[in-house]
Amino acid sequence: MSNIVFPAETLDLIKKIIARYPDGKQKSAILPILHLAQAEWKWCSPAVMDYVATLLSISPIEVYEVASFYTMFHLEPVGEHVIEYCRTGPCCLMGGVEVYDHLKKRLGIQTGETTKDGKFTIKEVECLAACGWGPVFQIREKYYMHLTNEKVDEIIDELSK
Amino acid sequence: MKILTQHIDVPGIETIDVFMKNGGYKAVEKAIKTMTPDEVTEEVKKSGLRGRGGAGFPMGMKWSFLAKPEGVPRYLVCNADESEPGTFKDHYLMMKSPHTLIEGMIVSSFALGANTSYIYVRGELMYVINILEKAIQEAYDKGLLGKNILGSGYDLDLFVQPGGGAYICGEETALLESLEGKRGNPRNKPPFPAVKGLWQCPTVVNNVESIAATSWIVNNGGDAYAAIGVGRSTGTKLISASGHIKKPGVYEIPLGITVEEFIYSDEYCGGIRDGHKLKAVVAGGSSVPILSADNILTTDAGEKRLMTYESLSEGGFATGTMLGSGGFIVMDETTCIVHNTLTFARFYHHESCGQCSPCREGTGWMDKVIKRIETGKGRSEDIDLLVDVAKKIEGNTICPLGDAAAWPVAAAIRHFRDEFEWHITHPEEATKPGAVYMRPGASWSN
Ligand SMILES: Cc1cc2nc3c(=O)[nH]c(=O)nc-3n(C[C@H](O)[C@H](O)[C@H](O)COP(=O)(O)O)c2cc1C
Ligand code: SF4
Ligand code: FES
Repeated sequence: MSNIVFPAETLDLIKKIIARYPDGKQKSAILPILHLAQAEWKWCSPAVMDYVATLLSISPIEVYEVASFYTMFHLEPVGEHVIEYCRTGPCCLMGGVEVYDHLKKRLGIQTGETTKDGKFTIKEVECLAACGWGPVFQIREKYYMHLTNEKVDEIIDELSK
Repeated sequence: MKILTQHIDVPGIETIDVFMKNGGYKAVEKAIKTMTPDEVTEEVKKSGLRGRGGAGFPMGMKWSFLAKPEGVPRYLVCNADESEPGTFKDHYLMMKSPHTLIEGMIVSSFALGANTSYIYVRGELMYVINILEKAIQEAYDKGLLGKNILGSGYDLDLFVQPGGGAYICGEETALLESLEGKRGNPRNKPPFPAVKGLWQCPTVVNNVESIAATSWIVNNGGDAYAAIGVGRSTGTKLISASGHIKKPGVYEIPLGITVEEFIYSDEYCGGIRDGHKLKAVVAGGSSVPILSADNILTTDAGEKRLMTYESLSEGGFATGTMLGSGGFIVMDETTCIVHNTLTFARFYHHESCGQCSPCREGTGWMDKVIKRIETGKGRSEDIDLLVDVAKKIEGNTICPLGDAAAWPVAAAIRHFRDEFEWHITHPEEATKPGAVYMRPGASWSN
């Protein structure tokens, strides 16, 4: 898989990130780089993780170990839009369970699944630190708050275009 | 009395020019040009400011524990991992007014003699990280960060580090592991971070809100800060209010107002949503014991409970709770306590790092057994089993996540045992959508 190489400007950024830490502590850049990798290739395949390891001059297992510990990293292929839905108490108080049921029905999939057209994956996540603005889900960097069934429909319509 | 949020709604406050027009970065100038690091620490000690991340440890005292061996770098790390269910105040503050945190980081780093500092932000908040990075660049451009700040000879670099989605990385030693590029497994203590922290160097970890408050303390003096509040609960506190209230959101309160005022006054939560009654409150984030309406409003002694560390914990765990991180979750009479407890148990099960068996196994058990009760498959002995599992976790783990997992379950059973019993004895009714057990003759507060 020789096509796994960051664009030049990302490689520049990675150099700057590594310079944030003392000499020899470049391993600290692992989470920032995994985020960049996931933005680039959508999920952290073994080949992507191996590439990250070479960038940091560490062994691949050190990257696997870290990527598998943190829930934000997808270790399996995902759809174009990954909807990360908050399932924790405060969001549930605001009707989070009902809205989630609606989302599942609307997309015709269950938690962890991807729609047949590859457009959407849904994942349940824990509290997103937006509890007073719930129910909440996140798609990439964007938070969608105060969700209702109608709002969910609008968002899905928009992203399906 | 607003300290952290006084200018938060000023348009453009996220930019350095507007921030400075509103008095921003005066504390950096005052501290660096007219005070010694020890004098800054002294003011923070006098202020009585207690860590806002949850444990409430006096901040000045924590700073004074920092080891200062010659030739070894020291670090300040800001804990912006904010993942405790019910808590979203740091998110709000950083998103609306990033310079409030950055100013506090400069003042605090100066006091500690740190020349490199990090803000560790939970990875989900990537958009907030972008806001912070932009603001940090502005501060560099104005000579407030970098080499020779304001011509003083003091150097400081400030960086933002993203997490990867793991509640446990809010625990300070797990956070340091994570910042070193490892899995977030909490360390055994001692050694404490003040002696061996980031890369084995002396390190202070403080919450966003704690650090942000130091600028005001430098500008106005520790005594002025200590004059706000009641007893050992000094200053103001950001409270994240969620659940069945008219106005969910983040409120800055002077510590010492009554819980009743916080819930019912128009200045804050505005009361319970239309036509409903208060049933229960989780006052300090998911980890702290839930209380019934009566217990949260009034102490055992019959006095009105106050929003302070001391008053909220009055009565111990029998009738009291904790201020914690200030994640104030309000539930009205339509709430199923069993379901709410299930979401918390599931949370801790999901977030246990798995290092110690009481936590790893115990959180799994509690999740499984409550799920069984909630779905109408509970057995009569399950409630005592839960109490037993919670007891076995408590106090037997490397980090406090174990306690944080045990307390909410134990407290829900302590105060709402009949709801768990009803779920077990009435499985068909309990599993109907929206089913909620109403205690016979219960008169939830207005
Ligand atoms: C499981 C766990 C999660 C925690 N999460 C956070 C957090 O998200 N933010 C935070 O500031 N402190 C958190 N803490 C507390 C920190 O360990 C630490 O006490 C705090 O960051 C110190 O800052 P402070 O003294 O300013 O409160 C957590 C503790 C535990 C045990
Ligand atoms: S108590 Fe739980 S989270 Fe903390 S170290 Fe042990 S297993 Fe990990
Ligand atoms: S519970 Fe959903 S964001 Fe906190």
